[in-house]
Amino acid sequence: MAFTLPYAITLEVGSSLKNKTGDWRTERPIYLDRLPPCNIECPAGENIQAWLGLSQEGKYQEAWEEILHNNPLPAVHGRVCYHPCEDGCNRKQMENPVSIHAIERFLGDQALKNKWSISKAADTGKSVLVVGAGPGGISAAYHLCKMGHKVTVVDSKPAVGGMLRYGIPSYRLPRDVLDSEVAHIEKMGVTFKFNTRIDNLAASIKEGGYDAAFLAIGAHIGRSIDIPNDGSVTIIEAVKFLSDMETETKKPELGKKVAVYGGGNTAIDCVRTAVRLGADDVNLIYRRDRKNMPAHDFEVVEALEENVKLNELRTIKEMKGGKITLDVMELNAEGWPESTGKTEVIEADTVIYALGQLVDASLFNDCTGIDVEKDGVTNVNDQFMTGMQGVFAGGDMIPSARTVTTAVGHGKKAARYINAYLKGETYTPAEKHETASFDKLNTWYYEDEDMREQPVLDLKKRTTTFNEVLGDLDEANAQYEARRCMSCGNCFECDNCYTVCPDNAIIKLGRGNRFQINYDYCKGCGMCVEECPCGSMLMEPEEL
Amino acid sequence: MSVDLKPGFSQTGNLTAGNRLQSIDIVSVQSTEDRANALTSGHRACQGCGEALGARMAIDKVMELSRNKVHVVNATGCLEVFTTPFPETSWNVPWLHSLFGNAPAVATGVQAALKAKGMQDVTVIAQGGDGSTVDIGFGCLSGMFERNDDVLYICYDNEAYMNTGVQRSGATPPTARTATTPLSGPHPGNNFGQGKNVPKIAMAHGIGYVATATIANVRDLEAKVTKAMSMKGARYLHIHVPCPLGWGSLPKDTIKLARLAVESGLYPLFEGEHGVITGVTKIRKKVPVDEYLKLQRRFTHLFKKGADAQDLAGVQAIADAHIKYYGLLDDGDK
Repeated sequence: MAFTLPYAITLEVGSSLKNKTGDWRTERPIYLDRLPPCNIECPAGENIQAWLGLSQEGKYQEAWEEILHNNPLPAVHGRVCYHPCEDGCNRKQMENPVSIHAIERFLGDQALKNKWSISKAADTGKSVLVVGAGPGGISAAYHLCKMGHKVTVVDSKPAVGGMLRYGIPSYRLPRDVLDSEVAHIEKMGVTFKFNTRIDNLAASIKEGGYDAAFLAIGAHIGRSIDIPNDGSVTIIEAVKFLSDMETETKKPELGKKVAVYGGGNTAIDCVRTAVRLGADDVNLIYRRDRKNMPAHDFEVVEALEENVKLNELRTIKEMKGGKITLDVMELNAEGWPESTGKTEVIEADTVIYALGQLVDASLFNDCTGIDVEKDGVTNVNDQFMTGMQGVFAGGDMIPSARTVTTAVGHGKKAARYINAYLKGETYTPAEKHETASFDKLNTWYYEDEDMREQPVLDLKKRTTTFNEVLGDLDEANAQYEARRCMSCGNCFECDNCYTVCPDNAIIKLGRGNRFQINYDYCKGCGMCVEECPCGSMLMEPEEL
Repeated sequence: MSVDLKPGFSQTGNLTAGNRLQSIDIVSVQSTEDRANALTSGHRACQGCGEALGARMAIDKVMELSRNKVHVVNATGCLEVFTTPFPETSWNVPWLHSLFGNAPAVATGVQAALKAKGMQDVTVIAQGGDGSTVDIGFGCLSGMFERNDDVLYICYDNEAYMNTGVQRSGATPPTARTATTPLSGPHPGNNFGQGKNVPKIAMAHGIGYVATATIANVRDLEAKVTKAMSMKGARYLHIHVPCPLGWGSLPKDTIKLARLAVESGLYPLFEGEHGVITGVTKIRKKVPVDEYLKLQRRFTHLFKKGADAQDLAGVQAIADAHIKYYGLLDDGDK
């Protein structure tokens, strides 16, 4: 019998699949989500990365809906929020941060233009009283209404907005934007009652048959200071001044020479408003230096552009004969101002005190168990409940950073606790993912692109009208800007892990469905983790 | 307002293998679910093997373009050994191995046989590491070029004989430590010879297409395969593939090293047709050679106390010469 050797050795196709190289591994890659710094910094708890991701794809309505999970006022926030998200933005460490607020504003304006709306859950039969129609109250009302509760918002002022209207000048927030954005919340079913002051909260709750109450009455009493004045200089409180701009038919008369005492954002709002009212000599007086001003620096810059004079390291000693005497200060070793003994004199018709605000806690007249501090600030527990059962509070009236976005965050969180309270459940916030810090990124993969700047109103119009100072990004620029987002910590399906695996151990599940790791073959080299641009993977020791 | 939008700006642009913001038509084949996986799982390459990756990237693209009508001839070397330990194979493609030095000649034969059978629509690839290409099979390769045989030759260059224990080859860079270029004498590691630059030698043959590519830039690599596949005759593709074992680098750093080789100027990316350079891929973010060398144990002696600074300067000089010769920087960066 003839015996022939084969011409060549042949091997079966796919036969190496029998060799499970996964058992070589000492470390395994894990595919995960991390929390981007923008989200961490957002006081309203917005999932910024998610809505930027949708904006990148031109899915603006979905992006807007994503914002609305946490914040019902994107058009407002895109204008007035101090965007701590951008301070946290990892892109800041490359060129400059993503202009998150400008994109949020674009999305908010798109919603107003296109009349996008949100639907609410079925009626729960429970009703909630919200006191205060400012950002905290609006936010709580929106979330509670969306959850199916009946919500009534009462406010002592004649119109909606709280500090949004009676504290923030219209050149930063045009009133039609505020009104239209609140209109969709009203349309959803929230009842607003204005010019209604509550003096006896317990009685009001009982009378209205409410199951719970959320208070966000703000801090509307200007802090005063006793400085000698012969009566030749008019004194106005900042909060009253800004509120009068909205409520009085006749604008406040300041004269030509105006000094504002304080260094916070309210002080900046006052000087810039004074400029617009026609004052031609506007001085900002602050006891410490510019570096230590609580006001945001970009606002200080804008005020200086508008010809406001900054008198840093000065306090007011006395006011006499239409002149004010300033004490020249210097900072001591602890950074606090001390008098140098030198003085200066400037002229002023009016001095506006912007020295902080107190809370008017008189609505607690008939309440028991509520813990109110000297300045009216009310203490709450970690679920935003005051010492009185079923009464919750948030915003400027509780101890916190006094910003619009913080108040909106309080309103949202309180709404979740109130909802649980009404249903007799407990609400536990989801655990937070670990931070997607800059060192987790592989920034090689991002194109270098500078921020798209918003257009700015020309200086002449800025100093003579209350027209909005910052303009819009158009769609192209908004989308472009969104695409500068690096999606820190959240896979955006760049396919790098899938491409760089020498062992084909990453399984691509198709666009939109992300990836899976095939541990049968993964040798644990770690290239997928190293080449992931956004820090959506990590290596973990294998249990041996 | 500035509206000078960069056309198609899309977060990571072409820098990532895929991009959900781009049309599926312009992303790399490697990033798609339906890539061929010419080299399947279960192969025995080391963790983080650059060669396994380079081979899959190149041949998957050939398979896409040729509609899977491909025949591969493989020289002896790592790629042959780790993909076909008897009785297994990782190749999802007709594949043939003969000897260390004869892959180009065997490919010529395969091509002739296919022609004789009227199967001219089959693409013939010959491939090997730098050992078989630069040294052992070089005579056959030169012959294949000179006869302009219709073969695409791909060299996966990991700069030494890794399979047999890291001995130097004609592609080992100056100063690199290998088993046969030990750390001894005043200038330890491989000497500053002229090296053997096969892409340039291939150019000197005047063949239709020569290109260098890297696993750190899969879109560039695929574009070069596409260009090669648009032509007939002898074509040569040289792919730089870092080797964690032989270079003493971390497996996770394979792509990073491939990228730094390009960004430092040590590994220029260019393409040429009929002996003339027709294009270069510019350096995007230039780095000193140190950044590349420091990640590899084969170069650590350059950074030790008492090292002759001239050795490191000599490596930097090579990078600088490449940058100048090929024009690797944008005009503004010079």
